[in-house]
Amino acid sequence: MIHLNKIRSARRGDLAQVVEIDARITGLRKPAYWAGILRRYGGRDPSRFFLVSALEEEVQGYVVGEVRDWEFGSAPCGWVFGIGVRPESRLRGTGTRLLEAICTAFRRRGVQTVRTLLARDNALVLAFFRSQGMMAAPFIALERDL
Amino acid sequence: MLALCGVLEFAAQPGRQLSAAEIAGKYGASPHHLAKVLGRLRRAGLVKAARGSGGGYRFSGNAKRVTLLDVIAVFETVGPKAPRAPRRELERAVDQVLAEIDATARATFSSITLETMLKIARRPKAAPGRES
Repeated sequence: MIHLNKIRSARRGDLAQVVEIDARITGLRKPAYWAGILRRYGGRDPSRFFLVSALEEEVQGYVVGEVRDWEFGSAPCGWVFGIGVRPESRLRGTGTRLLEAICTAFRRRGVQTVRTLLARDNALVLAFFRSQGMMAAPFIALERDL
Repeated sequence: MLALCGVLEFAAQPGRQLSAAEIAGKYGASPHHLAKVLGRLRRAGLVKAARGSGGGYRFSGNAKRVTLLDVIAVFETVGPKAPRAPRRELERAVDQVLAEIDATARATFSSITLETMLKIARRPKAAPGRES
């Protein structure tokens, strides 16, 4: 299959489409949040990544992540904070290529492991990460009401 | 375990028809027990009994869609149990932790398709000491 989509760093002009894709997936529009993500992850920090898969000017999907050192007692590794693909563009390898792209960027920063954290009832995205070879990490997420 | 391995054997060779005896032999299971397991999998639409010489079964699901939970659910319930009447606080606390384990198990089983499971099986073994 020939992939015409290009994976590149997100730009200000992509934000409205990223907000729309995220809103279609989560049911919530978060323009301020995504503007903040672009500020923090779309800049020059070489360990932070906000990538989009775009067909000409149409954004098909996005991925956000960074290399973090010694968080939660873990040796430096790549963290994927969010990944989303336009529902009508799924099953075409867009998510796989976005994940590969950010993993390549993580490897260039010298890390050998990629991690993510997501809700256990998010079966769709859990199944996606599983299909990419990810297994349960040796960590347990805990919380309590405040 | 036998049902999961059986379904995975069929899913790994979707075009091939395997006999119950072949799988029973491979996993050291009683053919009688395996026949019962395969009967339930057939009724759930996961395998098809093949006619003709030798008989046997073949996979009839979609390995990209069928999850481990779909297979397990043919035989048992995984996940939160119906809440019981108010009881002692220690029992409630134990129930809460058990529910946590059940929810994690359910999320794990429902996120792994047969295709992903076959990929895991084909992957080289992790180096010793590497938890995964």
